[in-house]
Amino acid sequence: MAQPTTTVTPQSYLLARGRWHPLEIVFWLATLLPFVLFPNYLSLASQIAITALFALSLDLILGYAGIVSLGHAAFFGIGAYSAGLFSKYVWGEPFSGLLVAAALAGLLGYGTSFIISRFRHLPLIMITLGLGLLAHEVANSAHWLTGGSDGLQGVRTQPIFGVFRFDLYGQTAYAYSLGVLFIVFLCARRLINSPFGLALRGIRENWNRMPAIGADSRAHIRKAYTIAAIIAGICGALLTQTTNSASLESISFQRSADVLVMLVLGGAGRLYGGLVGAAIFMIARDQFSGIAPQFWYFWIGVLLVAVVMFLPNGILGGLAKITARWRRP
Amino acid sequence: MLPPIFGVLFDGIAYGMLLFVLSVGLSVTLGLMNFVNLAHCAFAMIGGYVTVTLVNQFGWPFLATLPAAFAAAAVTSVVLERLLYRRLYRASDLDQVLLTIGLAFISVSVAAYIFGTVQQPISTPEALRGSVQFLGLNLGKYRLFLIGVALVVTLALVIGLEYTRFGAQVRASVDNQRMARGLGIDVDWTFASTFALGSGLAGLGGALAIEIVGLDPNFSFTYLVYVLIVVSVGGLGSIAGSFAAAMLIGISDIAGKYYVPELGAFLIYLVMVVVLMWKPAGLFGKR
Repeated sequence: MAQPTTTVTPQSYLLARGRWHPLEIVFWLATLLPFVLFPNYLSLASQIAITALFALSLDLILGYAGIVSLGHAAFFGIGAYSAGLFSKYVWGEPFSGLLVAAALAGLLGYGTSFIISRFRHLPLIMITLGLGLLAHEVANSAHWLTGGSDGLQGVRTQPIFGVFRFDLYGQTAYAYSLGVLFIVFLCARRLINSPFGLALRGIRENWNRMPAIGADSRAHIRKAYTIAAIIAGICGALLTQTTNSASLESISFQRSADVLVMLVLGGAGRLYGGLVGAAIFMIARDQFSGIAPQFWYFWIGVLLVAVVMFLPNGILGGLAKITARWRRP
Repeated sequence: MLPPIFGVLFDGIAYGMLLFVLSVGLSVTLGLMNFVNLAHCAFAMIGGYVTVTLVNQFGWPFLATLPAAFAAAAVTSVVLERLLYRRLYRASDLDQVLLTIGLAFISVSVAAYIFGTVQQPISTPEALRGSVQFLGLNLGKYRLFLIGVALVVTLALVIGLEYTRFGAQVRASVDNQRMARGLGIDVDWTFASTFALGSGLAGLGGALAIEIVGLDPNFSFTYLVYVLIVVSVGGLGSIAGSFAAAMLIGISDIAGKYYVPELGAFLIYLVMVVVLMWKPAGLFGKR
């Protein structure tokens, strides 16, 4: 049975990718369910939304551009601390705090992107790790500014639009985080389904050939890295604003490693990989919070080994494989 | 009489020697086999716990436990190499990083489950306690012993890789696997035994480290950072490079903690980032 052949141009490919799948609409409608079904878990839901956005930002550079980063929490932490300090010393209005955090994280991301774009493979992993640890040490030793290991105290976030207070049940927090997640997701989706996004995937597959067809690898990597840093900064700011505190944990290696685990678990290089991975990871951690954290990491370790060995493209990759087999037996 | 700066220098050198023993194995496996093994310090931790258990539970003398620590780490690593690592030799950096981070997480949990999260006490033999006076400096006997062990290890490695049949096979397998196979070298066996040697050295390092830096389940991650810094600064696969880098990092870490304690670990991270930006392949790297 010969399929009718249609010429596939890059434009038509991108347009086809850009169309909304019904499952996507179902997914986003499902994110509204916690308001009705789990009103007691809205704080957790808000944390999940923030972490999902963070995983999405790592996906942009790791999944699409192929930059393995072990220090992505640096930008999260910058965002968290700058939003906290902004609301403490300047103004507690949340949206301006988000913008300030995004701008600072983006500036730092742009600065370091010149270093990042020069390296590949092991030196790259080491440099991102080193920069992440440096950022952690700076936050730790600047005790007068960040509060060091005590965390940043005295953050006061004003109500959104001056009306919606951040309440104890996390209703406002979840609505706010989910709204920001959705808006940034739309931007990321547009970006990935643009010629720029296609060029990033090309760089991931073949670093040397892309410049030959007119896409400068380093310039593209710099842009992607800066964008990912901006998004990570927004995540940090969201966490600070919804919890009214910022701690060293937000800039630690642990956070960088966790987000990597989530992304790989969900499926790197897929828009929804980070979101699904973050949801599963956070819900599992909440359910297992009774056991001590060091034992929780035993299962994370087992999971990682299993994913690498049996599910190379994460949960979503595995599902896509199954449905593909199901459709065409 | 020497000024106190030489005391700091001595401590730094001893610490650097410890880092060298811990990390040279990773440098060899990374450089020779191109495998990013973030579980390297988990093998070091195995060595440490073997020594602690043998000394405290079974009353072995400290020195006799060192070969046991080496053997335990080497055997564990070979089992894991056959089961898991071997399948990922041609996989991407990311897959290797994820697998080995997973193993490191598991090692932390297992150690916490068996031994608890507290620091493990260790008693070194009488002969290694206290210090000797030298030109007005107090030189710790254990640190002198450490420096001696590290020098012996360096010498043995250099001779082993440069002048023996096994060393020649390893270098041949790395340079051109297919050609080496064609010449009848058992490449799989060579890689497995190189890997065992590297992990065994880590186990020895872990056992030696207890007296200096202590031992708790987080060892896998705390010293991973140091080891990675040494390896990447020194250059992959270069024994001389690892030695120089371990000295550089050891001395700058101790000197930094002594003279500018408020900087914390800032200094060594800075050294690493600057060296890597200047020479991405490390100080002695070939590529």
